[in-house]
Amino acid sequence: MRVQSIENLGFKVVNLVYHLGAMTLFGFQVLRATVTPKLRFRRLADEVFDVGVLSLAIVCASGAAVGAVLGLQSYLALVRFGAEESIGALVGLSMVRELGPVFTALLVTGRAGSAMTAEIASMKTTEQLDGLRMMSVDPIDFVISPKATAMFLVMPLLNALFISFALFGAYVVGTALLGIDGGSFLTSLETSVNFDEDIVGSFIKALVFGTMVGLLATYRGYTSEPTSAGVSAATTGTVVIASVSILLVDYIITALWGF
Amino acid sequence: MSGARFGSRIGSRVGSLIESRTELRVGSRVDEDERGVETAGMGREDAEEFRVTLDGVHLSFGERRVFDGLSVGFLRGKITVVLGGSGGGKSTLLRLIGGLQRPDEGSVRVAGEDLAQLSNRDLFRARDRIGMLFQGGALLDSMTLFENVALPLQEHTDLSPDDIAAEVTRRLDAVGLENTEDLFPRQLSGGMVRRAALARAVVTDPEIVLCDEPFSGLDPINVRRIENLMVELNRSLGITLILTSHHVQSAFRMADRFAFLVDGKAYTATPEAFRNSDHPAVVEFLEAESDDFVHPHAAATDGGASPG
Repeated sequence: MRVQSIENLGFKVVNLVYHLGAMTLFGFQVLRATVTPKLRFRRLADEVFDVGVLSLAIVCASGAAVGAVLGLQSYLALVRFGAEESIGALVGLSMVRELGPVFTALLVTGRAGSAMTAEIASMKTTEQLDGLRMMSVDPIDFVISPKATAMFLVMPLLNALFISFALFGAYVVGTALLGIDGGSFLTSLETSVNFDEDIVGSFIKALVFGTMVGLLATYRGYTSEPTSAGVSAATTGTVVIASVSILLVDYIITALWGF
Repeated sequence: MSGARFGSRIGSRVGSLIESRTELRVGSRVDEDERGVETAGMGREDAEEFRVTLDGVHLSFGERRVFDGLSVGFLRGKITVVLGGSGGGKSTLLRLIGGLQRPDEGSVRVAGEDLAQLSNRDLFRARDRIGMLFQGGALLDSMTLFENVALPLQEHTDLSPDDIAAEVTRRLDAVGLENTEDLFPRQLSGGMVRRAALARAVVTDPEIVLCDEPFSGLDPINVRRIENLMVELNRSLGITLILTSHHVQSAFRMADRFAFLVDGKAYTATPEAFRNSDHPAVVEFLEAESDDFVHPHAAATDGGASPG
C-alpha cells in the first residue's frame, strides 16, 4: 500500500517533468514557426477575432461586476475609518496589480483557451492535422502558431479593457449609490496608481499569462488522445492546469518583482 | 514542389483527368507485362519497378505488435489493394508509407528515399510526392472546399491566385463537384467529402496516392464513382495507387495487385493468384467476404457499402 503510493508519486513526478520538457520543446517549435516565413497574417487575424472580439462581452461584463462589488465591499470597510474617499485608490491598485490580469486570464482560459484545445484536439481526432502533414504543411506552423500568438497579443488588451470596466463599475457604484464625490474618487485613483510600476507590471503579467495559456491550450490539444474522451480530457485539463498555473505564477511574479 | 516542375506537369496533360490509356502509359513508363509473384519481397520482379518498398519493418504500439518483419513492395503505376482483417495494420501501413508513423525497425523506401532515416523537416519535403486520402476525408472543417483544395497549391506553388482558382475549379469539376467551392465540408454528404478529399490529395500531382478505406460507409453509386475516379487517375497519369479496403468486390474490379496483411506480415499477389490462393487466411477472408453478398438482390448491392 505504502510502496504503491510512493510509486504513484514517482510516476506523477516523472510525468510532470516529461510534460514540462515536452512543452518547452513545443514552445520553441511554436516560436520558430511564428518568427520564420511564411507569416500567416490572415490566419492570425482570424484567431485574434476568435480569442479577442468574441471574449469582449464576457470580459467587459465581468470587469464591471467585479469593480462594482469591490467598490461596495471596500466602502463598507473604509467607511469605518472615515476613509471612504480612498475607494478609487483601493479599487485601482488591486485591479491593476492583481485582479485585472488574473481575472482576465482565468476568463480567457475558460472562454477561449478551452475552445482552442477542443478545436485542435478534434482536428487531431478527425485526422485533419495528419491531412495537413500529408500536404507538406506543418500543423504547428499552420494551426498552432496563429492560435498561440493570438492569445499572447490579445491578453494584455483584454486586461486593459477589464480594468477599465472595473474602474467604471466602482465609480458608478461609488458616486451614484454610495454618494462619494466623483472628483475625490478620481484624484485618489490618479495619485496612487503609477505608470512605471503598476501599469507596466500589469501589462507584463498579462503577457506572461497570455503566453502561458496560449502554449498550454495548444499543447494539450496537440498531444491529446485522438478519441472523444481524449478531446474532453484535454479540454478539462487545459482549464484546470491553466487556472492553477495562473494563480501560482501570479504569486511568483509578485514575489520576485513586486508588481 | 517547385512552380516550374508543377507547371510543366500541368502542361503535359492539359484538359482533364480523362485521357487515353495508351498515351499516358507511355509517359509513365509502366511495364505492361504482369509477372506474378506469390509472396512478399522482391521475388522475381524487377526491383526498378517498385516505387514503395518496406523492408523488415517492426512496429509495436505498447504491448500490441502490429508488424513483425513486414516486407512488401508496391509497383510503380499500378493499383495495389491492401486487404486484411480489422486491426491488421492496413491503416498503419499507409501511415508508414506517408511518413506519419516511424517504424521501430526496418526501412520504408518511397521513391528511393528511406523515410525512417529522414528528419522531420525532410519528411515534409519527401511528402510532396505523396498524396493521401483519409478515411474521413480529413478536410479542414473551418475552410470551404475551395480553400481546402487550393491550400496545397498556395503552399507549394508560385501560381497566381487566378491560376489557382481555375485549377481548383477544374479539379472539383473532375470529381463531379461543380459549384461547390463555397460549401463547407459539414454541408456535404460522405461521398462528396470523399471526392473532394480525393481532389485535394491529387491537386499537386503526386506520383503516389494512398487511400485509406475510400469506400467505407458509402452507397454503391458513390463506391463506383470513386472507383472510376481512381482508375482514371491511375490510367491517365500513371499514379501509383495504394488503397486499403475490405471491400473484396470492388478490390477485384480495380486491383492490379493485392497485398494481404496477416500476422504482421504481407503477401502480395496478382488478382488471379490471390483468388486461387490456398493460404488458409486468404481462403477464410475471401469466403467470409463472399458470404455477405449471398442474397437475392446480390446484383443490386454489388459494390455496396463495405461490410463491417
